[in-house]
Amino acid sequence: MRRFLRPGHDPVRERLKRDLFQFNKTVEHGFPHQPSALGYSPFLRLMAIGTRSGAIKLYGAPGVEFMGLHEENNTVMQIHFIPDQCQLVTLLDDNSLHLWSLKQHGGASELREEHRFTLKGPPGSPPSATQVTAVLPHSSREVLYLGTESGNIFVVELPSLRVLEDRTITPEAVLQRIPEDNCNRRSCELVEALQEHPKNPDQILIGYSRGLIVLWDLQNNKATQHFLGSQQLENLYWQRDGSKFISCHYDGSYTQWPVSSDNRQSEPLENTVPYGPFPCKAISKIYWQTTKNGLPYIIFQGGMPRASYGDRHSISVIHGSQQTAFDFTSRVIDFFIIFSSDPAAEFDDPSALVALAEEELVVIDLKSAGWPAVHPPYLASLHCSAITCSHHVSNIPLKLWERIISAGSKQNIHYSSMPWPIDGGTNIAPDPPQRDLLLTGHEDGTVRFWDASGVCLHLLYKLSTVRVFLTDADPNDNMNTLGEDEWPPLRKVGTFDPYSDDPRLGIQKIYLCKYSGYLAVAGTAGQVLVMELNDEDAEHVVDHAEADLLQDQEGYRWKGHEKLKTRDGPVRFEAGFQPFVLVQCQPPAVVTSLALHSEWRLVAFGTSHGFGLFDHQQKRLVFVKCTLHPSDQLALEGPLSRVKSLKKSLRQSFRRIRRSRVSSRKRRGAGGNASEVQEANAKFDQDALQEMELAPVQRKIEARSAEDSFTGFVRTLYFADTFLRDSSRHCPSLWAGTNGGTVYAFCLRVPPAERRMDEPVRAEQAKEIQLMHRAPVVGILVLDGRSTPLPEPLEVAHDLSKSPDMQGSHQLLVVSEEQFKVFTLPKVSSKLKLKLTALEGCRVRKVTVASFGSCKTDDYSENDLAVLTNLGDIQIISLPFLKLQIRYPCIRKEDVSGIASCVFTKYGQGFYLISPSEFERFSLSTKWLVEPRCIVDMPEVTSNNHVHNKSGPENAARKSRESGKGPDDCGEDERKSGRLMEHALLNDEKVLKEIQSTLEGGR
Amino acid sequence: QFGAEFRRFSLDRYKPGKFEDFYKLILHIHHIANLEVMIGYADVHGDLLPINNDDNFFKAVSSAHPLLRVFIQRQDEVDYSNFGTNTLSRKKKALVTLRNDNLRRRPHINISMPHDFRPVSSIIDVDILPETHRRVRLYRHGCEKPLGFYIRDGTSVRVTPHGLEKVPGIFISRMVPGGLAESTGLLAVNDEVLEVNGIEVAGKTLDQVTDMMIANSHNLIITVKPANQRNNIIRSSRMSGSSGQSTDSTASHHSLPTSHVLQNFHPDEMESDEEADIVIEGGLEPQHIPKLHSLTSSSLSRINGSSLGHRLQRDLVLNNNSGRESNGNIHKLLSSLKTDPRHSLVIPRGGIEEDGTVITL
Repeated sequence: MRRFLRPGHDPVRERLKRDLFQFNKTVEHGFPHQPSALGYSPFLRLMAIGTRSGAIKLYGAPGVEFMGLHEENNTVMQIHFIPDQCQLVTLLDDNSLHLWSLKQHGGASELREEHRFTLKGPPGSPPSATQVTAVLPHSSREVLYLGTESGNIFVVELPSLRVLEDRTITPEAVLQRIPEDNCNRRSCELVEALQEHPKNPDQILIGYSRGLIVLWDLQNNKATQHFLGSQQLENLYWQRDGSKFISCHYDGSYTQWPVSSDNRQSEPLENTVPYGPFPCKAISKIYWQTTKNGLPYIIFQGGMPRASYGDRHSISVIHGSQQTAFDFTSRVIDFFIIFSSDPAAEFDDPSALVALAEEELVVIDLKSAGWPAVHPPYLASLHCSAITCSHHVSNIPLKLWERIISAGSKQNIHYSSMPWPIDGGTNIAPDPPQRDLLLTGHEDGTVRFWDASGVCLHLLYKLSTVRVFLTDADPNDNMNTLGEDEWPPLRKVGTFDPYSDDPRLGIQKIYLCKYSGYLAVAGTAGQVLVMELNDEDAEHVVDHAEADLLQDQEGYRWKGHEKLKTRDGPVRFEAGFQPFVLVQCQPPAVVTSLALHSEWRLVAFGTSHGFGLFDHQQKRLVFVKCTLHPSDQLALEGPLSRVKSLKKSLRQSFRRIRRSRVSSRKRRGAGGNASEVQEANAKFDQDALQEMELAPVQRKIEARSAEDSFTGFVRTLYFADTFLRDSSRHCPSLWAGTNGGTVYAFCLRVPPAERRMDEPVRAEQAKEIQLMHRAPVVGILVLDGRSTPLPEPLEVAHDLSKSPDMQGSHQLLVVSEEQFKVFTLPKVSSKLKLKLTALEGCRVRKVTVASFGSCKTDDYSENDLAVLTNLGDIQIISLPFLKLQIRYPCIRKEDVSGIASCVFTKYGQGFYLISPSEFERFSLSTKWLVEPRCIVDMPEVTSNNHVHNKSGPENAARKSRESGKGPDDCGEDERKSGRLMEHALLNDEKVLKEIQSTLEGGR
Repeated sequence: QFGAEFRRFSLDRYKPGKFEDFYKLILHIHHIANLEVMIGYADVHGDLLPINNDDNFFKAVSSAHPLLRVFIQRQDEVDYSNFGTNTLSRKKKALVTLRNDNLRRRPHINISMPHDFRPVSSIIDVDILPETHRRVRLYRHGCEKPLGFYIRDGTSVRVTPHGLEKVPGIFISRMVPGGLAESTGLLAVNDEVLEVNGIEVAGKTLDQVTDMMIANSHNLIITVKPANQRNNIIRSSRMSGSSGQSTDSTASHHSLPTSHVLQNFHPDEMESDEEADIVIEGGLEPQHIPKLHSLTSSSLSRINGSSLGHRLQRDLVLNNNSGRESNGNIHKLLSSLKTDPRHSLVIPRGGIEEDGTVITL
């Protein structure tokens, strides 16, 4: 019985396996879960995002991304790039500082943690003394200034992260030069902001929480000027020329202050409450950007009127008479402005606003009129409506690809045409080998088409099925409506919208035929839509049919949701996929399986009640089959009654307790008096309670029977042209597998193309297979005479696959949650099987046929099954002999949603959700591997620019990119030595042999 | 009437009375007054000894601690060589929770494996397992009786080179009255489950073990360490099976490869009695097909597509309904045929042809 498990000892096969299979988690797509900090280096043109789980992700030009993870898994509070370096510092919520650097290794850059450091106060000092609140990396690149809760500013040397104690700026030192009448020790509590003078690196601006701002001279160690704010300080910003700075405050005001050497104490130039006069919320960050035309851009976060708009998450941009408050869909974590960082430039000339909100990244083009948003090439919010299913299609034909892109571009006209402004680094990964589409179905009834070919998961096109139905939602609910004279001038930005109007619209199954452009989509309320790609807008009536899966069986009552109401008359559809057929299952239970055969023009769908076949050419229901077991009340009543039944069972158990209480009372009641009974009852209650609490988690061991609930649930549907009835004649067939381990096979008669509209499609049940182990059937597959899986519909017609072998005998593979079983066809007799659950206790969750190519030779590839189990393991199982090839742990077994969301590609890659907004991409193949590979070159630093170090990164970066090798002092040595070692080893045959022999010996 | 039933009744320990009365009492209780039976009991060593006169009846009652297990067999089926051997202890184990004045007796029929009964359980691999363990095979012949037990997480104590160590384990938590597991008497609440069909459960979660047991439910072999070690097999080489020794043998034994452990156990045997999937060659009744065709073609001319679909569909409903009925019959027939797994399922073809549905296996 273990013969299937014992790995083959065939050394040739073992070697081949190494050439075929390899497990890698390659890249994370989507938007980081729970972002907590944002950083930007104008020098590297890289953006960094930190998360609450301690991850740090760097993004540059599309394809340029890096990821690091803090060991502590603590929230990243702040991120600061070291000026003009490939280095950054992160501050975590445990008050630890981490220095990361980008180093080149093996031809590509890598993000590595170099040092970590926690500021320690003198013994006995409170933890607040060293709690870091503000970080300033000095432009000298030698020190960090750390503002703390105690008001002390510590100086830390780079890159060693050593405290230079003699240079600490204490509140006492600061107060020395400030008249005592308006300041005391408490004014210097908590450093809120630290900013370096833009022109003079020897001066820094220190902002204390209570409103005191001090200009500190580092050379002479004294305060040269101080500014007394009346309001609690939030943040500071220097004007480009260093003549003024701006402070923003807790009460929603901002203040401009002049800086001049002759004035020790300055009065504010201007104090504004932009959304006054009523009390406003704090302005937490502000930018003052100069432009050629003299009108500055004032950009700040917050400041909304407390009472009426206090709940908005806004960033306001004021430029002359233009003012817009961008209204975000979730809390704004932080934002930055991309502006000219060339020190020689006279003005800031801001080009873009980059805002990180909790659920999405929004970039606003400040150069184009109307300040449109920029379509981000990565960091897409996958979860803008919750993902309900996904479907992957590999190797999309160019024609279809272009049509989808063109349909998508019509939807994206409101986006700015500005090129992506965050463009640091160089993507050196090879071009993606093929065009892949990932389709995600969402709770709000939309399907999103993602370009999943490369590292950047990019939204191509969004399809909404809502238009077909009548819903309560107002279709004219435009997010961007801007009423006249509205104050504050709010404008919604972003796409995150987790609130579904109607849960019945949710998409459950998707099937796209990449050759014909037919798309079938099925949803929560039993709706099945068949769509066709149309490059033009069109208005037409959607043909509507109903499939009664219960077939008039009496005595059943559906207690779940109602079916969706359809729109009468023609409906206008935008260019793209336009529905032309709607089939609604009755009862309107969630569609659990879907199959589309574009060549035969048939769509099959299944629910917990049965399945049906629809001819979408003739728009006619071919047949329905009820799979429901008559005693299966749970499946009948629908999803809502499951809750009810739980309630019912609770009620029953309480009744049982009460009954036994009554009987115990009777028993005792004979002799005892009332108080005794009461006492006994109390004791009983206590016992019952204890019993309930102590009852351990236990599992019932029972063989599955036909009477179990949800046995009729249709788990899989499959079309095949095979030998169903006899071995001489093959015919189209439809296969369905249920939760109760039953496989139904229907023989189909599809009229030839020339009479396709004249004759009806016919179906007859040909076989019914009841697996004895009754486990849910999750996959059905027919292997041809060469034991190759049958090609997809139209694949042969497009010359993309060999025609299946119809000479040799076909085999049927049935995958249940517990085992794999191969049967002969047409006489269904068991040929071989692989038991999974009986031996390992794991169950099949996902299974797909994947093609694996050898990384050594181009001409070898084979088909295997990629299987994901409920323990989160991935197994590769050979076809047709069902031998376990290899097993990799992939997902934690507790991560149920991750396992449920997993989707395999046809070439041995896969995706699963690691959070509601992120897909992890993995690869099982040595050949098909999509992972980021990029270089960040150190742009050349203008050597004698000691006044202002923000060198022209654009030019420098371009220069270095052109020359192909920028100077990189960081890691140069290491790289050289590493390469040397590698070189030496590879050239020495003896060493190679030695390595090989030890490797083999180890095995 | 010799099913797996047992009854309890009490006797006065100190005045047991005469054997004759006891014999009559037993016949009366079991309503088998007209049968010649042989009465036996289990002594302290777990040996089956006969009760056929006042003396050994008295001895049996006085030696009952805490209860006396009495076995009744048909006179003509008694295998006298069984007496005094260990046969009994392999099959039975006492319940410790009974009150002292209760006596339990159980008519038992499996001792000589009569042909008109089929086994519901057996103990296997006694010769290779440590005596503290018991490997139980539950036969489920597609029968209606549920397996009927529950398992839970728990901790067990193992002897390791570093001394005693608490390790997580899987235990039987509950028996369903009337279930297969209970009726065998070989499994009890708090028995620790060590293996399922030869595969160790150590390191597996409760859900994994549950899935494994259910996946093997047609032929479940579980190795347990009984909570009650009093009824263990006493091997001749050892004086007594004490629970103290058991733990270290657990540790050492588990390092053995599983295939070795299962040596007594024919893979073929396992394959043969499991998973004969039922294949029903479906299809509509020959008479129905022309009817269907005529209806379809005649309707085509006058009715549009969708209502035609409804008609066709209803027609299919009709056929499917009749098909299901016959399928049901076949299921029943099959399950009755499947009662003995060793019988190959040779079915006369014509015998079950109903409504055009044919079974091939």
